[in-house]
Amino acid sequence: MSEEIIKDVIIGENEEYIINMGPQHPSTHGVLRFEVCLQGETVKYLIPHIGYIHRGIEKMCEAITYPQIIHLTDRMDYLSAHINNEAVCLCVENALQIEVPERVKYIRTILAELNRIASHQLWWSAFGMDLGALTTFFYGLRDREKILDIFEESFGSRLLHSFIMPGGLMHDVHPNFQKRIKEFIAYFRKKLPEYDQLLTGNIIFQNRSKGIGLMSRETAIAYGVTGPSGRGSGWSCDIRKIAPYSAYDKVQFNEMLETEGDTFARYKVRMREMWESMNILEQLVDNIPEGDYTAKMKPIIKLPVGEYFQRVETARGELAVYIVSDGNKTPYRIKFRTPNFSNLFVMNKITSGYKIADLVAVSGSLDLVIPDIDR
Amino acid sequence: MNSSISKYFSEMFKAIASLWAGMRITGKYFVSPGEIVTQQYPENRATLKMEERFKGEIIMPHDENNLHACTGCGICEMNCPNGSIEIITNRVPNAEGKPERVIDKHIYHLSMCTFCGLCVKTCPSDALAFGQEFEHAVFDRSHLTKVLNQPGSLLRKEAKK
Amino acid sequence: MSSNLYDFSTLTSSIHEWLSGFMSAGWVVFTELVLIGLLFLLFFALLGLFLVYLERKVCAIMQNRVGPNRVGKWGLLQTIADLIKLLIKELIPIRKSDKFLFNLAPFIVIIASLMAMAALPFAKGLQAIDFNIGVFYIMAVSSLGVVGILLAGWASNSKYSIIGAMRSGAQIVSYELSVGLSLMAIVIFSGSMQLSTIIESQANGWWIFKGHIPAFIAFVVFLVASTAEINRGPFDLAEAESELTAGFHTEYSGIKFAFFFLAEYINMFIVAALAATIFLGGWMPFHIGSWEGFNHIMDFVPPIVWFFLKTFFIIYIIMWFKWTFPRLRIDQLLTLEWKYLLPISLVNIVFIAFLVLMGWHF
Repeated sequence: MSEEIIKDVIIGENEEYIINMGPQHPSTHGVLRFEVCLQGETVKYLIPHIGYIHRGIEKMCEAITYPQIIHLTDRMDYLSAHINNEAVCLCVENALQIEVPERVKYIRTILAELNRIASHQLWWSAFGMDLGALTTFFYGLRDREKILDIFEESFGSRLLHSFIMPGGLMHDVHPNFQKRIKEFIAYFRKKLPEYDQLLTGNIIFQNRSKGIGLMSRETAIAYGVTGPSGRGSGWSCDIRKIAPYSAYDKVQFNEMLETEGDTFARYKVRMREMWESMNILEQLVDNIPEGDYTAKMKPIIKLPVGEYFQRVETARGELAVYIVSDGNKTPYRIKFRTPNFSNLFVMNKITSGYKIADLVAVSGSLDLVIPDIDR
Repeated sequence: MNSSISKYFSEMFKAIASLWAGMRITGKYFVSPGEIVTQQYPENRATLKMEERFKGEIIMPHDENNLHACTGCGICEMNCPNGSIEIITNRVPNAEGKPERVIDKHIYHLSMCTFCGLCVKTCPSDALAFGQEFEHAVFDRSHLTKVLNQPGSLLRKEAKK
Repeated sequence: MSSNLYDFSTLTSSIHEWLSGFMSAGWVVFTELVLIGLLFLLFFALLGLFLVYLERKVCAIMQNRVGPNRVGKWGLLQTIADLIKLLIKELIPIRKSDKFLFNLAPFIVIIASLMAMAALPFAKGLQAIDFNIGVFYIMAVSSLGVVGILLAGWASNSKYSIIGAMRSGAQIVSYELSVGLSLMAIVIFSGSMQLSTIIESQANGWWIFKGHIPAFIAFVVFLVASTAEINRGPFDLAEAESELTAGFHTEYSGIKFAFFFLAEYINMFIVAALAATIFLGGWMPFHIGSWEGFNHIMDFVPPIVWFFLKTFFIIYIIMWFKWTFPRLRIDQLLTLEWKYLLPISLVNIVFIAFLVLMGWHF
């Protein structure tokens, strides 16, 4: 008996000590499995295994109409559900050459930024918890609740709000919408410095995150690591700046760039994006033009034959939608280029050589949402 | 030598200051229990009011005469992405003797519904709406299949114009 | 002197005399041992449950939550309900685990913490055994617990467990030094290792006040190092739930898990009680210089209340650490010890020895 244990547990220098992190593991935030090869506590290499929550969304989309596709995109990156919806809607609207009313554009942008803040709040909560600071989770969720309440008031659902549809919105926003957003901004501007005091400035946190998971700009481009993770490496990849959609061309905002490329840089990008999103919200919230909440649409949407492409910036990076239409009311083929899929596979490159505790920190800093990887 | 010693101590004091900053935040919340945000859910059931647009379940509003607005056209069934709506219609002769389509059962599978809202949005006669009931836990899955039209209910005539 | 008002030695000696009245000396010792053992077991269980409740309540309020509030008034019976649940849960056997060591480990952990409790002075005369090397004994016994943790990690046949156990080994070996040195600071001041003598020496002022800055430094070092030694707070690398799921007790279930869980809290109590005894005057009331009236009022508060007040103050600080800070990495943990705490406490102890030699303290 004990010989077996010795053979199992004690390993030689060159033998591999492989542990499986996941599919059920507190730090993978979902059903993702890392096959981690360790030497002592140091990670030698890491193989991500995906597909535990594959639902075949792309294939399912081929059987349903364009308005119906919207509610499936919610279920990819559920933390930026609204931005996913917007990607498909924009693509369909481009294909049909529909000009949506200005009001719709403004409201969509406001929702996208609210969603981005909510997503970053949840990321901050979970990132702190990955590093062992359990209290951050509750502070982040406490503040995220305020945004979810705004969502619930206007759309009736908190997380997966299929609120927009090709051509506009499901219905108009609630009369309290603007007032509550202003209340939220005033509230969150007071709370966000507390995040910095609790975690950002903390010496333990800085030691845990600085210089960990170094990703050069070249690596980020080579692996297609977009969003805050790519911008932490100095890669200017903000779709809101490169190819403005909705009302992003009407607002002044800065793209957040950090050049260090480590976990702390990615952290800083996200923290600063929360401030910047609030600036965008402040510019838009008082200037929502009056008008219709939807453009005139035919009851059955048929895209003309052709290929259509649209990309948007979700809270985690670049989401691209590619639709091939054969003129029917359902797409012939739809392809989502989801940000987390690309972001995940850089893990091996940037974690090998670091400690197993750093692996958790790095995977937290990439802000992975597993259903978005598997689709 | 001298600078490295001063660096050693200044780093240490900075570290302690940063730790103290974090402890001040948690300490502040510890002494201000008024900040507690937890809802006492089953106790506050009487006062808990959902938002008016809350998507709890699909309902078919009936008025006091047990009349509804559903013509049984089947657009909601067609628009539902998950097949959670089934409509069974009957042909019943109306006052003029012509056969007319009325719903027998408007079946709603709550277990399959994703609350996308397309049925409510596309209904031409506004017969469907979202209800605010959210306590959907049941012991048997079959309880989640609901018939939305009440027994004996009829189509509201003025809704047709 | 009014502090004799609450002297427990009269009570204990009267029990001793009463027992001696109808028993031979050997039986008296045996009966007393059994009595004390039962008392400690009862106290141990109740204290562990209460500390778990306290921790959950403290962290809940820090996190803007309510905490346990379902079972009993304010959820006071929640931990008892949890214990009952743990008692009736299945003890999952692990394939290829070393059964004997696997079952032995929780007992080692819990016995080590129970033994350490024997030397704690709860009040004047209320101390199971008053060694002349009390400080040394507590240190030696409380670090025995790591043997249990190592065994648990080894015998579980789980890769997460062994990583956790190895971390815990490295951690205790290093932090034991700082704990020892910081306690040694007060031992030098008071000139004794006997806990009762150390407390008596604080009758005219607690060591943290009259020991100047060196005593305060020793206190801070003791707090940090002992938090690390009991695998808590920012130093819970052996468990590290976000990295190693549950570290060394990943494979344990039911009451065996409860033993680890309770032992962690009892260790916290022991460490806090030791800090209160050595630095904050144990059961000595709080006195301010020559304020006779104030000091007199303080004397009327029973010593046992003072002891628990101080202990729970330290426990609160340790909990405050845990619920604020992120976890350290293993190399940073060792850096903290070997580059900061150990040199500081070494210099500190030399400085204290110098102070005492020159007689520059009260």
